[in-house]
Amino acid sequence: MSPAPKIQVRGLRLAYGTREVLHGVSFDVREHEILGVIGPAQSGKTSLLRCINRTIEFTPGSHVTGSIAVDGEDVATTRNVYELRRKIGMVAPLPVGLPLTIYDNVAFAPRCAGLRSKAELDEIVERCLTQAALWDEVKDRLTSLGTKLSGGQQQRLTIARALSHQPEILCLDEFSIAIDPVTTMRIEDVLKELRRHMTIILVTNLTQQARRLADRTLFLWNGDVIEIDDTEVIFSEDPADPRTYDYVHGIIG
Amino acid sequence: MSDPTGIDRNRFATTPAVRAKQRTEAVVRGVLLTMAAATIVPLVAILAYLVTEAAPALSLEFLLDVPRKGMTEGGVWPAFVGTLYLVGLSLAVSAPIGILAAVYLNEYARDNWFNRLINLAVINLAGVPSIVHALFGLGAFVYAAKLGYSILSASLTLAIMTLPVIIASTREALASVPRSFREACWNVGATRWQTIWSIVLPNSVSGILTGVILQVSRAAGETAPIMFTGAVFYKAVQRGDLFPYQLGEQCMALSMHLYTVSTQVPGVREAVPAATAVVLLGSVLLVNAAAIGLRVWLRNRKKW
Repeated sequence: MSPAPKIQVRGLRLAYGTREVLHGVSFDVREHEILGVIGPAQSGKTSLLRCINRTIEFTPGSHVTGSIAVDGEDVATTRNVYELRRKIGMVAPLPVGLPLTIYDNVAFAPRCAGLRSKAELDEIVERCLTQAALWDEVKDRLTSLGTKLSGGQQQRLTIARALSHQPEILCLDEFSIAIDPVTTMRIEDVLKELRRHMTIILVTNLTQQARRLADRTLFLWNGDVIEIDDTEVIFSEDPADPRTYDYVHGIIG
Repeated sequence: MSDPTGIDRNRFATTPAVRAKQRTEAVVRGVLLTMAAATIVPLVAILAYLVTEAAPALSLEFLLDVPRKGMTEGGVWPAFVGTLYLVGLSLAVSAPIGILAAVYLNEYARDNWFNRLINLAVINLAGVPSIVHALFGLGAFVYAAKLGYSILSASLTLAIMTLPVIIASTREALASVPRSFREACWNVGATRWQTIWSIVLPNSVSGILTGVILQVSRAAGETAPIMFTGAVFYKAVQRGDLFPYQLGEQCMALSMHLYTVSTQVPGVREAVPAATAVVLLGSVLLVNAAAIGLRVWLRNRKKW
């Protein structure tokens, strides 16, 4: 018996109004793995992440059926949705520096959770910025605005913020779309380091990024899970579904 | 034809078609500029007319003194203070209600029949003519609520009149804060209120305040609503007294006073209504200038 999955998704359907974008997807995310999620645009990757931390609720007209369990607890009926969201770090495709200082950007989540001690906040800010490979660049100007940083720095700031509430799961949604290849490689190194502490879901348009980082890869297409398997299998010459082969080899999609 | 260097020499030549385009461009630009400039003319004309008319009566004394000799002499102090009371009190009521209602509508409300009804009510309330507000104020506050003809009734009537516009301008200010900021906050487990308080409000406060301050000029200028509910023809007040009125009393107001001295009192010098108008216009422009100043100052502190 393998250990209980960190996240268990069963028959998840999501509709925006009458348009269904996820047609009953089911998969598990194992603890301490990097799960790559690949698939073309409009296949429902971002929507999937937003179902997991229930921010999908903020989209008017969205309707979710099926179940998602995080650590065995159904997210739809969880008593404390804010606790659930703190358990999950979320990094959006475009960097969002909140209009606060760099320090406050990272200290925002702990403060929302009720932490007030300056010493603890200092420690969290330094640790998260270090983990996001940004500390050395900003340690002398923590009081300047997060929105004044360059795009790549803001993206790392976003990652630092996602780590600031000590999540057990980190969801990255095409994090490298706005940053240069060198910074991307640095963050990828960070991710390899982080997976010792947490479970990572890596949504990416770059199939090669999934190939480099992911333990297992899920191929999502038009709201259906086509295939989920070990990354080597997905990228091998004979994955279970021919469409997977076609997609990762650039024949379709 | 291209020459041996491979460059088409006719490419950048001024053909008749090009000249026609340039001519149209010049004409359109000229017409648009004229229209834009035309909006300056009435303002300058009004100001020039009023100031030249008012010049003989205009002085600090005119502002501070009370009307004398059956309103034909003296100043406008009771009306000026009355307007301050009415505007201050009505905004003290409508600004908090309007801002909080707008926060609800923009940040919390889901798209259901009830909230659509609220939206519809706000839009229609904004379209109600001020004389109808006056009648409503008369019925609701003066008679039904038994507040009588008073500053309170008049202020509440003005508050209802300014409310929908404050709601609309506040919603616009809130909507100008990018949604991605809110999502970033929700993602780290912030509640809606934590998001609103720490991110949305600080970044929309300039727009909100500007919207509220611009309602000062409307509240100060309206005559009909206060005429029916609490503004009075004449009230004996000490010269320069800042607190001459009780809230349950009637008061004088600049807009009403302007109407009175222009049409109701015989034998008033031409300069007196003009000077009253200058005081009204001057205070409103001063408040608007303050609003613009505040907006610029807050926008410079804006963080993205």
